[in-house]
Amino acid sequence: MSTKATQPQREQWSSRLGFLMAAIGSAIGLGNIWRFPAVTYEHGGGAFLIPYLAALLTAGIPLLILEYTIGRKYRSSPPGALRQLARPAETIGWWQVAICFVVATYYAAILAWAVRYTGFSFDQAWGDDPEGFLNNEFLKLNETPGEISTFVPGVAWPLLLIWVLTLAVLLLGIRRGIERANIVTIPLLVGFFLILVVRALTLDGAAEGLDALFTPDWGALTEGSVWVAAYGQIFFSLSVGFGIMITYASYLHRKSDLTGSAMVAAFANSSFEILAGVAVFATLGFMAQAAGVGVADVSSSGVGLAFVAFPQIISEMPMGAFFGVLFFLSLVIAGFTSLISIVQVIIAAVQDRTGLGRTAAVLSVGGAVTVVSLLLFANDSGLYLLDVADHFINQYGIALAGLVVLVTVSWALRQLPALQRNADATSSIGLGVWWRICLGVVTPVVLAWMMVDSLINELDETYGGYSTSFLLWAGWGVAGGALLVGVLLTLLSRRRPATRWDAAATPDAPNPTERNG
Amino acid sequence: MSASAIVMMIVAMLVVWGGLALAILNLRGHPDQPEPGPDDVPHQL
Repeated sequence: MSTKATQPQREQWSSRLGFLMAAIGSAIGLGNIWRFPAVTYEHGGGAFLIPYLAALLTAGIPLLILEYTIGRKYRSSPPGALRQLARPAETIGWWQVAICFVVATYYAAILAWAVRYTGFSFDQAWGDDPEGFLNNEFLKLNETPGEISTFVPGVAWPLLLIWVLTLAVLLLGIRRGIERANIVTIPLLVGFFLILVVRALTLDGAAEGLDALFTPDWGALTEGSVWVAAYGQIFFSLSVGFGIMITYASYLHRKSDLTGSAMVAAFANSSFEILAGVAVFATLGFMAQAAGVGVADVSSSGVGLAFVAFPQIISEMPMGAFFGVLFFLSLVIAGFTSLISIVQVIIAAVQDRTGLGRTAAVLSVGGAVTVVSLLLFANDSGLYLLDVADHFINQYGIALAGLVVLVTVSWALRQLPALQRNADATSSIGLGVWWRICLGVVTPVVLAWMMVDSLINELDETYGGYSTSFLLWAGWGVAGGALLVGVLLTLLSRRRPATRWDAAATPDAPNPTERNG
Repeated sequence: MSASAIVMMIVAMLVVWGGLALAILNLRGHPDQPEPGPDDVPHQL
């Protein structure tokens, strides 16, 4: 008797638009706003467009198509989907689940900061010293990284709010929760950013900012590091490498167009990055002119851009409160839809493996991730831990897992031709040999190069000037711990028969039991 | 803004936003095939 008949039907997106909005919402995150503009500026300005587009076409879109195809074909979260490709590959899936757990805990903390800064924008609570306000008054930062001496309620409450909202959306399920949340918030985000762009372009100095961003430095194209930066930007921006797109695609119906959807999602993500680049650099141009310095002196990225540079600009510009509220709300929305997708990976894996209903899975997974998030990031060392964990889990978690997936699927299992046939069967744009070359050769080579480059940098200088002991547990420990947890979860998973995963497989999956059932 | 910066800004917008427009048009021209079963509804973008 087939186990399939006894299993509840897998949830599905209600429409192609719903899936696309969710995929775009996942891809558009904080990195689009605070990473892309600085990466572009530092790596050749307008000339960066060439390696960026090359990376989009040879790595970003092919990877998206791969993850969509694996998810849609095996209709399971990463551990289950990869297990059906080959049993040992299940470990990679659990590794990705563990990575998602780590990322979710600190990503939510940044959203909590943005929630507070939305409120701070009204009266510019940071005064004339945004950096001092962030470190001393808001985060109550300890002088010694890793040393925790106090709980920070000002971070804890908005963090709890973020988790309540995220879990509420996830409790409602794929259609009523994730899909609706994205259909509402993504147009809102684009609208907010269009207003920000218009406001930024009308500021004095905006032209100087755009000039700095787009003036091409053609000489940069001969530098390998510029090409690596382009691939890195595309890789981290598109939410590939940690199982999100496999999970989201597992809720597609079997006849969905995969390649056409991947094109839309990838170009939508890049379109938003260009919009964010214009908004951020036009604003930085205003700041530079107001301070009487060059744009190079005010260019920043990440936490420094959002929570130090922008507050300073908001204080200086006319109607700064309005601009500030829109900017920080945009950060909250962009991050919120990405956070939902990251947590959904863990929930889907738990559901698929244990057979738990959505409510039980959301409450158990959500409860665990909320508690860890609050304990680790609502304290006076939260910023340090976040900075180090983010750096190491990106490089030696997400990127490394992406590389391992590619090498496993392309070379160890030689599954690309079968996956290509599966995608081509229902897609508007046929995949050629270029897709297999991109995934089998180009992307693994660049990711391996990124890995070696990053390792050399770690050995050359300690990341962020932190102590070696702190980097060992907060950086290497977290990244290595995610892999270890992945292995342990695989061993735990194998102690019980995985009937639900096998049941979730499609008829064309390599699963004899299913075919005969 | 310098001429080269203006040109690169326009090229970036045309390529990326144009790419998005073409991708959407392509998808709209290819509605999903219906799937047998309770969700047997052809969805369009």
